[in-house]
This record gives sequence, C-alpha cells and structure tokens, in this order.
Amino acid sequence: MSKHHDELVEKSPRQSASGESGFSRRGFLRTTGATTSAIGTTALLTEDEAIAAQGAGMGPGAVPITLNINGKDQKLTVEPRVTLLDACRNNLDLTGAKRVCDRGTCGACTMIMNGKVVYACTVLAIDAQGKKIQTIEGLAAEGKYHPISQAFVNQDAQQCGYCTPGFVMASKGFLDRNPNPTEEQVLKGLGGNLCRCGTYMGVRKAVLEASKVMKGGKNA
Amino acid sequence: MPNYSWPPMSTRAVMGKSPKRQDGLEKASGRAKYNSDLNKPGMLFTALLHSPYAHARVRSIDTSAAEKLQGVTAVRVMAAAGAEVNWQSQEVAVVAATSEAVARDAVRLIKVDWEVLPHMVKEDDLGKVGNRAKPAGEQVTGDPDKAFKEADVVLDGSYGMPVLTHCCLEPHGQVVEWKGDVVNFWPSTQTVSNVGGDLAKNLELPATQVKVHQDHVGGGFGSKFAADRWGIEGARLSKASGGRPVKVFLDRAAELNIAGNRPSAYAKIKIAAKKDGTITAWDSVSWATGGMGGGGMPPIPYVYTNIPNKRLNHTAVATNGGPLRAWRAPNHPQASYLTCSALEDLAAKLGMDPMVLFAKNVQYAAEARRETYLYQLKKAAELSEWSKLWHRRGDSGSGPVKRGLGIGICTWQGAGHASNCKATIHSDGSVEVELGSQDLGTGTRTIIGQVAAETLGLPLEAVKVKIGDNSYPVSGSSGGSTTVGGVSSSTRIATVNVLEKLFEKVAPSLNSTADKLEARGGKIQVKGDATKSLTWAAACKKLGVQSISDNGTNDQRNPRGLNTAGVAGIQVADVSVDVETGVVKMNRMVAVQDCGLIVNPKLAESQVLGACIMSVCGALMEERVMDAMTGRVLNPEMEFYKLAGIADIGNIVVHMDIREENDKRGIVGLGEPPTVGGVAAIANAVANAIGVRVPSVPLTPDRVLAALEEKRS
Ligand code: FES
Ligand code: FES
Repeated sequence: MSKHHDELVEKSPRQSASGESGFSRRGFLRTTGATTSAIGTTALLTEDEAIAAQGAGMGPGAVPITLNINGKDQKLTVEPRVTLLDACRNNLDLTGAKRVCDRGTCGACTMIMNGKVVYACTVLAIDAQGKKIQTIEGLAAEGKYHPISQAFVNQDAQQCGYCTPGFVMASKGFLDRNPNPTEEQVLKGLGGNLCRCGTYMGVRKAVLEASKVMKGGKNA
Repeated sequence: MPNYSWPPMSTRAVMGKSPKRQDGLEKASGRAKYNSDLNKPGMLFTALLHSPYAHARVRSIDTSAAEKLQGVTAVRVMAAAGAEVNWQSQEVAVVAATSEAVARDAVRLIKVDWEVLPHMVKEDDLGKVGNRAKPAGEQVTGDPDKAFKEADVVLDGSYGMPVLTHCCLEPHGQVVEWKGDVVNFWPSTQTVSNVGGDLAKNLELPATQVKVHQDHVGGGFGSKFAADRWGIEGARLSKASGGRPVKVFLDRAAELNIAGNRPSAYAKIKIAAKKDGTITAWDSVSWATGGMGGGGMPPIPYVYTNIPNKRLNHTAVATNGGPLRAWRAPNHPQASYLTCSALEDLAAKLGMDPMVLFAKNVQYAAEARRETYLYQLKKAAELSEWSKLWHRRGDSGSGPVKRGLGIGICTWQGAGHASNCKATIHSDGSVEVELGSQDLGTGTRTIIGQVAAETLGLPLEAVKVKIGDNSYPVSGSSGGSTTVGGVSSSTRIATVNVLEKLFEKVAPSLNSTADKLEARGGKIQVKGDATKSLTWAAACKKLGVQSISDNGTNDQRNPRGLNTAGVAGIQVADVSVDVETGVVKMNRMVAVQDCGLIVNPKLAESQVLGACIMSVCGALMEERVMDAMTGRVLNPEMEFYKLAGIADIGNIVVHMDIREENDKRGIVGLGEPPTVGGVAAIANAVANAIGVRVPSVPLTPDRVLAALEEKRS
C-alpha cells in the first residue's frame, strides 16, 4: 500500500499513525476497508468500538487462530490486521479467490461465510473464526468440477479468468438463494462482481445454465 | 516442398469449430495458478513507497529505520537523493520482508525530505498548457482553404476523451528469485519469450540466465511487455536477501497510477462538405497526453484517410501523470471517436441519415476495404433495425426517455507476429507442440491445439500444447492482435513438417510413398483410398523407440498466405437517455467484424463481446480524474474508477463476417479492432437521442445534463 494513499484516505487526526509498534491502526483500518467502504462487520460501530470489538485481547503481534474452511479446521498464525482473503492466499495457499481491489468493490475475492456471500478482502481473518467458510476450492472434489464451473466453460464466460472464481462463488451464493432465477434476477444478483475482459454475456448464460443443471433447480 | 496452406473451409474438422477453451475448467474451478498466486518456500513479500507529489525532487532519503524493522530483509531505493520524480505515485523505494504487513510497516518508516516542484496535470484546455505543449507541426494535403471556401456546409465540432487506465484485474508484478547466477522469473506478462531478455539487460546478466515461466495471465491489454522497474528491483531484493524468492505485485492504487494508461485525445474539427454529404475537406487541431512523453497521435481522419484536402495540427502535451502504455489498438479508439463524432455531427447538420453519409464517403477508405465497409454498414443496419429505429437528431419524442442510434467504425492491421513452434510425435502416439507464447484469455492455447489437431487429423484432446516458458521456441509478444496469426502459422508449418517425417516412416508399410499419404480422422491413409490405412497409434508405433520432431516458423516477410493484415468493422449502438437524470442506458450494441480466417468462432465472438463491453466502460464511465491543485489521481481504486457491471451493458449482438472470400485471406488478428468503434457509436447514439453533442466522454449524467442545459440556453 502506497504512502500517498494513506495520506489521501486517512487524513483524520484521530488516526495518529503508530508506525513504530508492530500494530498500526492505519494498517488495521486500511486492511479492513473500514475507512472507505461501509461493508463488513464493523460498519455500524464507531471506529473505536470496532477496533475494541474485533481486536480485543489480540495482537499486535501474530496470534494463533482456527478457521473452518471447506469443512476442515485449519490452524494458522496471523496478525489481527490480516484479512480472510490474505490469510487464505498467503498462509493456506488457497489462491482461487483473488486480490484485485482489496476494498470490497470488485468481487474477485468472493467466498461464502455461514451461507452468505462475502468479500473476503473486507473480513478480518480473526473475525472469521467459528464461521463456516467456503472457498472455490471447496466447491468440488479433486478431479471433479462443480456444475457452475462447468457452465462457465460451456458458455465461454471467461477470458483471462482472473475474475472468474469470484463470479463462480457469487453465482453459487446467488443460486443457493434463487435456484430458478430469471435473467433479470441474474443481472441484479451478480452486480457485485466486475470483469475487465468483458465476459458478462457469457456469465448471464452460464448462471442460467447452471441453475438448470444444479439439483434443487426446478428448471432441471 | 510440403503444402502448408490451410485446408479448404469445407474440409476442416477441428479448425472453424468451437471447442471449449482448453484451460477453461482449470480457471473456472480456481485451480489455475497465476503467478500472483504463487507461494514459494521462503518467499518474501514487498511494499513500495510511492511519491506523494506529482513533481518533486528527493533532497534526502533515510531508510535506516525500515532496515532495522524485524522481518525486513532488504530495502532498495528507487529514487535516490537528487532524483526528480515526475508523477505522483512514482516509485521511491521498495522493501522486502517476511510478511506483507511488515513490508508495509517498514515503508512507513522511510523518511523522505522532498523539494516540491511545480506540476501540470490537466490538458483538456490546450490554451492553458503553456510550455508543456509539443506541437508536431502542420500537415497539409491538397488545398483545404479553397475547399472550405467552396463548401456547401461546414461542420465545426469539439470532442474530448480522457486518459484511461488498463486496470488489469491481475496487477502488474512478479515473483522473482535471483540465486547464484540464475534468475527465475514468474511475471504477469504478455511476452514470455522476450520479458526475460528485458530483465537480463537491466540486471546486466546474459539473457540465458533468466528463466521465465507463466501459465496464465490475468489481463494485460497492452500494458504488460516490460520486466518493469519493480520487477528489476524485485530481483535485486531477492539477491540481497540471500536468493529467497520475492513477490512484487502492485496494489490497486499503484496499478491504476503507474502501470500504464491510454492517452487522452481532444480535437477541434472542421469538415467541409457538399449538400449530398460528400466530404471535401478536413481541418483538425488535436492534442493528447499520456504522461511526460506527451500522448499518441490519433490517425485522423480515421478510415476516411483519403479525404482530398486536409490540414492537421497535433500537439503532444507533457503532463505529470504516470506514463502511457499500449492500450488495445493504440490511438485507434481515439481516432475513431473523433472522426465518427464529426461525421455524425455533419450528417445531423445536413439532416442526413449518417448511415448514408458514412457509406457515401467510403470512397475515401483504403481501396481494399471499401466493399467490406459497405457490406458491413448494411449488415449492421439490418441487425440494429436501423430503418425502423433511427430518427433525425433529437427527433425522439416528448417523453423524458430518448432513444438514439449511432455508428462507429474500425480498422486494424493484425498480421501474425514472428513465431516458432516445435512439434513432436512420440511412438506412443502422443503429440506435443511447444511455443514460447502466452494465452491472455484470448484462447491461444486452444487455437494452437486446434491447428495442430487439424493438421494431424486428430481430435483436439490428442494434442498437448505447451506454452508459457522461455525454454520453448521463441514466439512473439501478444500485442497488436498478432498472436493467433503468428502461432497458428508456425504451428501449421511445424506440424506439417513433422507429419511429413511420419509419412516417410510409414509409407513402406502402406506400399506407398510419403507424398501420397494424408492424415484424416485419426488415421494415416493413402489419399483417396481409405482402405489402405493405419490408425494413428499403429502408425506412430513404427517409430520404434524414437520420437520425431520438427519446427515451424512464421516468417513475417513470407507468411505463405497463412496470415495477413487488414480488417474492417462497424459497430452500432442503441441507447436510451433519460434527459431528466442524464443517465444513459445501453439497449443494444451490434458489432459486425471481419477478421479473415477464423479458427474458433466462439472464442472470436468472446473477443468481440469483451471489446464491446470495454467500449461501454470507456463511453459511459471510465476516466482517470486528475486534481489540478495537488497533481494527484483522484480515483485510483475501483469504486470510483468505474467499470461496467453485468447489468450495464444491454444486449450485444456480434456478427462475425465469416465468408469464403474473407477466409481466403488467411488469419488476421482480432483482439484490437472490435475495441475501436464502440465509444464512437455510443457517443453518436447519445447525440442522436438527445439532440445535442456532449462534447466529451465518458457520458456521465453530469456531462449529459450540462450539454442539455447548454442547448436550452
Ligand atoms: S478484492 Fe475483494 S472485493 Fe475486490
Ligand atoms: S475474465 Fe478477465 S477479468 Fe474477467
């Protein structure tokens, strides 16, 4: 993260930087995205409350945590400011979710937590403890492919593919709630993900195809 | 001499079909490893310190506190004392550490004493750029003064398009490991065969010492050819950290600020014409910026290059912004937008249907493409229901929502790049082709496989395509829509050559000679006599323990008719504009695109769809916003650097102009051309809808409302 950005985004005098200690409040706020977006579990708390609630008794150094990912408990050690996304990517080598905007805008980091679609870049790893986290790696067993992934291939709903795992997970979360969507609903439901290569026409078709194939879809 | 020509359209079994992209499942399951996904044992993370100023000099820099921070393994200064930085976010220093968090903490401990210098970041008003203007000199053709004097009508228009950034979703960066005298380089690149040489040169190493590997790349769009300053420093950090691998990937702000942009384009254009819409003269004063080097010079008048009387004045403007990089069809979207906007405005002034005016002036296009444009204009009119939906400018009813249609035009060269391929047939029947190429998501892997399979008479699955490593035969960079032409041609030649060798081996057992054999349907057979045949597996067994391989080269001076240059395309946009809110909604976009021989129609269609969507972004949302006071980019993140979402694009109709006569030209590149005309088409459609030209894109509600307001007053 660049210095200018700190200054641009975090000018408030309340945020006296404490670069010397291992635990920087700036870094904490930046990593949660709390300064620029109202997304995430801290959205309704004041900054101080949020920090108190999330970091209580933890840090500033790395702390051992347990995350339940794809049905398995994973033990790891991370600093309290590390996001769920970075913990998965850097500590657990679960790299299907991508870090693109790191700010809750693009959906490339989409995971499912307790049945809800989340931007993993806006969730702290320590805050994800005790929750059931599903990443794209957990969608299908090795050597197998989930019908949504398959539908994305059938409809050529990807080019560079960097946004695709996020779209697949967002589609999963969407179809779990809307097993028989109309195209209109797909446009709303997938509105939280961005693609630079321009694959939306394929994505529309892929989500509809997947809805037909997936069990529980009445269209099947 | 073997026959390398493409098999006739009617006999193709794998080419011309649309098998699914070969790496599709790997990507759509999240299992594909991009280089930004790599976690190497002992890998270090990095953070960059960027300049907070658009123009400043480093008086002194002190990295000692950063170096002492626990977990930091190395610090490199990129702008030393005395160095001048010329754009905000320019790299000042980079830190390697055991975690990202530590690296970022360390960056905050670096102390820089800056001498702030004056900056200039805005170029939209040429009158205010002062000595930052670098005029290219006037170009005059014919007698424009006389033509303007004699004109029935003169159009006078102003148009502007801001700087865009590539905003690749996978940021620029690399994992790099400099151990002993070998550098392992895992970049996000558009040029697997060449990027290692660039790194080697900068590290003063022999190019042979740099090993490059990349399986996938998350977008490039023209911005990922270099080893990059941060890649070079990453290598040095690795060396300084005892050869541990180092990961350097830009964060989003840096990606948008420093990893390349597309130059802006502004112009005041005058066109002289006869009553019937025939253009007689063109006069333009244009300017652009793409950073300190100025901007590109859009080739205007675009497509209609042979307008007999012209006066062109272009000025490059040096601004304190991140430097430009090639952006999908460099200078063409700008040129198309400027030209087509003026043509549309001319048509409106004459009360003419622009479809007629665009067609009438096709006489000024390159001769080779005139017929194609006329055909395409007709096709686009048909698919967009032009005759039913088009109306005179502003003649769009009394309700608040106004519908309009507009045209954009494109051309591109796109001949195949220099490419080498090695094809190998093993005695167990397996086949591999190797090229030092890359698949940007265009489907290069799949297309190479299709060409090899077609040549060898095998199904696509029988061919193993190996790309993404600089130990494979050198193949060109993926830029300028040159890849499919290049790799298909070299693959065709290599596979024809290796097949010849197989024919030699098996001819005796078929009581025939090599020149009488063919490979079809998984068999080697005597031409015209399917009873004399061997299965592929049986034929390859004849190789004994040996494998055979041969090479193929696409020689750009003699591409053997396998690939060629020069395409045409037309796009028509159909929009609705709410004149109370200024919101523009896409109804439909029609793209009619010619690209010679098409190896995989589905993948080709995806390219065009993606290009249309990029045009929607450019026409309605995208813009790098500079702050004149501070010299900073105000929107270096994806919340306010807006891209279209799935609901913003309307419907897109692609018509690939697949016809025998186009197919005969061989392969022509497709990545760039469909990105060219879309912004023009949308801007024209909006003008048609609301009855007034919005002078610059993106057509955000505020701009639309301002234009309407101006019209009223
Ligand atoms: S990376 Fe999390 S939303 Fe973009
Ligand atoms: S496929 Fe490249 S960003 Fe979506």
